Amino acid sequence: MIPLEHYLTVAAILFTLGVAGIFLNRKNVIIIMMSVELILLAVNINLVAFSSFFGDLTGQVFALFILTVAAAEAAIGLAILVTYYRNRGSIAVEDINMMKG
Amino acid sequence: MNAPIFALAPVLPEIIVSLGALGLILLGALRGETAAWLVAELAVAILGVAIIVVLRHPDTTGADFSGSFIDDAFGRYMKVLSLIGALVALLLSLDFTAREKFASFEYPILILLSTIGMMLMASANDLIALYMGLELSSLALYVIAAIKRDDVKSSEAGLKYFVLGALSSGMLLYGASLIYGFSGTVSFNGIAHAIHGQVSIGVIFGLVFMMAGMAFKISAVPFHMWTPDVYEGAPTPVTAFFASAPKMAAVAMMVRILSTAFPGIVTQWQQIVGFLAILSMLLGAFAAIGQTNIKRLMAYSSIGHMGFALVGLAAGTQIGVQGVLIYMTIYLLMTLGTFAAIISMRRNGQMVETIADLAGLSKTNGKMAFFLAMMMFSLAGIPPLAGFFGKFYVIGAAMEAHLYTLSTIAVLASVVSAFYYLRIVKIMYLDDSVGAFDKPYWVVDWALVLSGIFVLAFWVYPSPIIIGAMAAAKSLF
Repeated sequence: MIPLEHYLTVAAILFTLGVAGIFLNRKNVIIIMMSVELILLAVNINLVAFSSFFGDLTGQVFALFILTVAAAEAAIGLAILVTYYRNRGSIAVEDINMMKG
Repeated sequence: MNAPIFALAPVLPEIIVSLGALGLILLGALRGETAAWLVAELAVAILGVAIIVVLRHPDTTGADFSGSFIDDAFGRYMKVLSLIGALVALLLSLDFTAREKFASFEYPILILLSTIGMMLMASANDLIALYMGLELSSLALYVIAAIKRDDVKSSEAGLKYFVLGALSSGMLLYGASLIYGFSGTVSFNGIAHAIHGQVSIGVIFGLVFMMAGMAFKISAVPFHMWTPDVYEGAPTPVTAFFASAPKMAAVAMMVRILSTAFPGIVTQWQQIVGFLAILSMLLGAFAAIGQTNIKRLMAYSSIGHMGFALVGLAAGTQIGVQGVLIYMTIYLLMTLGTFAAIISMRRNGQMVETIADLAGLSKTNGKMAFFLAMMMFSLAGIPPLAGFFGKFYVIGAAMEAHLYTLSTIAVLASVVSAFYYLRIVKIMYLDDSVGAFDKPYWVVDWALVLSGIFVLAFWVYPSPIIIGAMAAAKSLF
């Protein structure tokens, strides 16, 4: 039996990696989308771990909802990325600078 | 025991908008791009019907779906605001989309879908419903920001909004998972029950993550980075929509979760909200001074206004929530009026967006200059215009809760921000004209005039809004 803390630690590490991936990555937007997925999966690990710890199904239902939404989110993100690529001819992070800020 | 059909009565407005959106998708698919204008008009009608249904709803509190959806006076008040924002933004874009050649039947449908998400956010009573509402509205908003597919600025706005929006909902979710883990339930009432008395560090952690996600949605500093770019890049009626409806829903969700799920730890979240409010007000006041693009200026202005709304929330009292509601109502109408004026800024068939283009407007279009000047005075908070009363109620509530530092900073920030609002009035009235604008579409004209009249005449008969906000705030406490 693996204790709850181990699951939470793994989830926390994955979450941190995801956030760091978004901010440190200077290459391209696909890596940012992978980092977003990493964050959502970290949340799912948290929820499922808590859920089985409590013996309460709510957390697993929540995790299923998140999986569904994550799929829709990835689809929309890729679609926007394709229109951006058509207009700009590049998906490098440092090229996303038409507007200052 | 009610019949099953009546069991769905609390969700009736959402059902109307959802079925309407599905019907319009069908219509658009059958008739193709030629149906764009018709679909937009029908979408306006659907939103209008939804507003009437919400307003005529009996003054009761009903819950549905095992308590995860609650229909109370607060939810109805915020739903009406979101619906008005969506409806006016759609009216403003009717003629604009055709002139700028991106008219498509998907656009009004996406606005309807994101509005359903906003209505769910205002009524969500557990973390799952909250997340689903938030994502429904956000996913549609990402696409709407990038709706002008062949414009590099619009797709860049969509991309930036998507990346930062996805990050913020990830943080909100991580917070939600921690709160579930340390309280054992996802329902707001259950959380309030579980953390009554003792506070575990896990719940505070979760609350901080959730606040970060919500602060992003209302564009409070330090999670405001996306706002100026998205406001500038998106087509102007889309910006009008972004500045109005989603802000209402995000404030609704923040107020509801803080005052129904975390009333036991007011002193903890009061500090976070106060911190966000101070930073937002100061950044909104100082960063807008150097702006030349009026849409970017409005972005910083909305950041500052969200700071003021948070001042009322920081009070953590019923009076404070009432102040937030009044502030948001007035902010909604001021923003829509100002954006109606910005949409009218078209010269020789081209949109112009710099503040210098407004020079000498009083000579070429006196009516527009007058009402836009009233909007600017009201945004600056000069009595007796509506904007003053909004600030009066939130700062009054903060004073009553003994938040003197916060109130002082709010007043000072309001003085600083008056500078850039008054500069626009000066440019319109005292500078030399640079040429007249094209004649705006009549709906846009009327939107500016009506919101101008609201701003001017609010002090004559404010009671419907104040009483409505009072009843709404009362239903949360």
